[in-house]
Amino acid sequence: MYGNDFPGEDPPGGLLGEVEAAEAALRAAAERGRAAAQPGEDLAAYFAEVVDADQKIEPRDWMPEAYRRTLIRQIAQHAHSEIIGMQPEGNWISRAPSLKRKAILLAKVQDEAGHGLYLYAAAETLGVSRDELVDLLLSGRQKYSSIFNYPTLSWADVGAIGWLVDGAAIVNQVPLCRCSYGPYARAMIRVCKEESFHQRQGYEILHILAHGTPAQKAMAQESVNRWWYPSLAMFGPPDGDSTHSAQSMTWKIKRFSNDELRQRFVDMCVGQAEVLGLTLPDPDLRWNDERQAYDFTQPDYDELMRVIKGNGPCNRQRMEHRRRAHREGAWVREAAVAYAAKHAEKEKVAA
Amino acid sequence: MNGPFAFTLALGDDALIAAQRLAEWTTRAPEMEEDIALANIALDQLGAARLLLSYAGELEGAGRDEDALAYLRDDREFRNCLLVELPNGDFAVTMAKLLVLAAYQVPLYTALADCPDERLAAIGGKARKESAYHLDHAALWVKRLGDGTEESHRRMQAGVDQIWPYADELFAAWPDAPVDPAILRSDFDDTVTAVFAEATLTVPEVGWTPAGGRDGVHTEHLSYLLAEMQVLHRAHPGARW
Repeated sequence: MYGNDFPGEDPPGGLLGEVEAAEAALRAAAERGRAAAQPGEDLAAYFAEVVDADQKIEPRDWMPEAYRRTLIRQIAQHAHSEIIGMQPEGNWISRAPSLKRKAILLAKVQDEAGHGLYLYAAAETLGVSRDELVDLLLSGRQKYSSIFNYPTLSWADVGAIGWLVDGAAIVNQVPLCRCSYGPYARAMIRVCKEESFHQRQGYEILHILAHGTPAQKAMAQESVNRWWYPSLAMFGPPDGDSTHSAQSMTWKIKRFSNDELRQRFVDMCVGQAEVLGLTLPDPDLRWNDERQAYDFTQPDYDELMRVIKGNGPCNRQRMEHRRRAHREGAWVREAAVAYAAKHAEKEKVAA
Repeated sequence: MNGPFAFTLALGDDALIAAQRLAEWTTRAPEMEEDIALANIALDQLGAARLLLSYAGELEGAGRDEDALAYLRDDREFRNCLLVELPNGDFAVTMAKLLVLAAYQVPLYTALADCPDERLAAIGGKARKESAYHLDHAALWVKRLGDGTEESHRRMQAGVDQIWPYADELFAAWPDAPVDPAILRSDFDDTVTAVFAEATLTVPEVGWTPAGGRDGVHTEHLSYLLAEMQVLHRAHPGARW
């Protein structure tokens, strides 16, 4: 737990209620139960019925091959993002400006490793191994969220990542708590609960900086200026250009469009920025009474495409860091396997 | 310096510098589970450091809190043993360091839990359970690496050879301290030699026993570690974080 030093400074407009509602719906669906597919039944029709009824598809169920592939890709890329996402924040652990902040940041980065493992385990229920998925990451055949290809240049970036990046991730992930695939939905419920702590700690960091010395406030504002548009780009290309969306919507893997989620995120952040006393770097940001939402400037999608293709500021650095850890740890993993084999052999002889 | 303050500060510095080094492994561990485990151990060390440094500040009575002690002292004012400031090296060196540290901290904190100073006793009572886990973890890896492959055995023995001389400093007599570390040595030797035996490792011959950390005379490494750890805090004097 992160202490209660900041009563009343929680970001307004919490999404935790939605996570809890999704959890309740999951339990209710399980209680309603469903008849197992009978031999000889049309499996595709049965699959569609389960999804339409908001029931969960479980690992033992038949599923369309494309559904399985889509889920493996999405869950794996989510897992990769957690693992690569440890790097930008990990960059500030050694220099955290107080022991309390050091402890919170270390715990946060550790949580992300835990989320990664949890998600790889969810992907494994679809018949792929973690080692295969890690190979896909290391060989560049699967991606991770492009946001982590931006550098953390100041301590305030740790705050901005918590507030904006984790905030955007939560907006993206809360609907996934109702995803049609059971193991992913359950993983998302757990991840979202922890992410909301992360978002809160980021918000706290920025709040303290924004109310600190002039230099601290400038550090916070400069950081928000850099992270705002890349955070908006986290929701992906605009709906017209999004390639995977329609089918994922039908399968109830995805529940809202990229643009809907982006709008929800902007609407959430405006009030929070006001409380922080920081300015979002968009001169055209204003309330639209007709739409009952904020008008805002779209992020630079050409930049997003460049970063996705591998040419962001830190793509090479992040990948080399992960490959190096993997490579330099090989002898340790080999030793663990050899030791386990020797001891299994000894136990066999003893028995 | 008076006994309880200097002693509490030394233990707090051990834990703080150990935490700083262990945290350097974050995102670099040989496997993902180990990334989590090392962060966990670093967090335990950091937690103990915060309790010990806060209490040291109170004993001193000069108004210094945990952050003033961690961020505003220079290397010559740190009282940690040399062991914890040594660079991480490869995973074998880190596990050799952790084994020696934990095999010292377990009996130390256990003895502390029974000392007359209530605050130190409470810290010892909490920290000994954590150290017991650190010891298990390090012992398991030293055995796996020592009795794993030829390559891992070679590296583990090299790690032990490199680290072993630094164990001596931990047990230097400190008669007026709440717990005299000299009395912990035989317990430590029993633990460590049993692990080495199971790991098929040789206990190194000791001909050189570097020391000086408790007097503020450190290796060249500490000043760099502190430069990194303290840079941001010192750049903004008096700021809240």
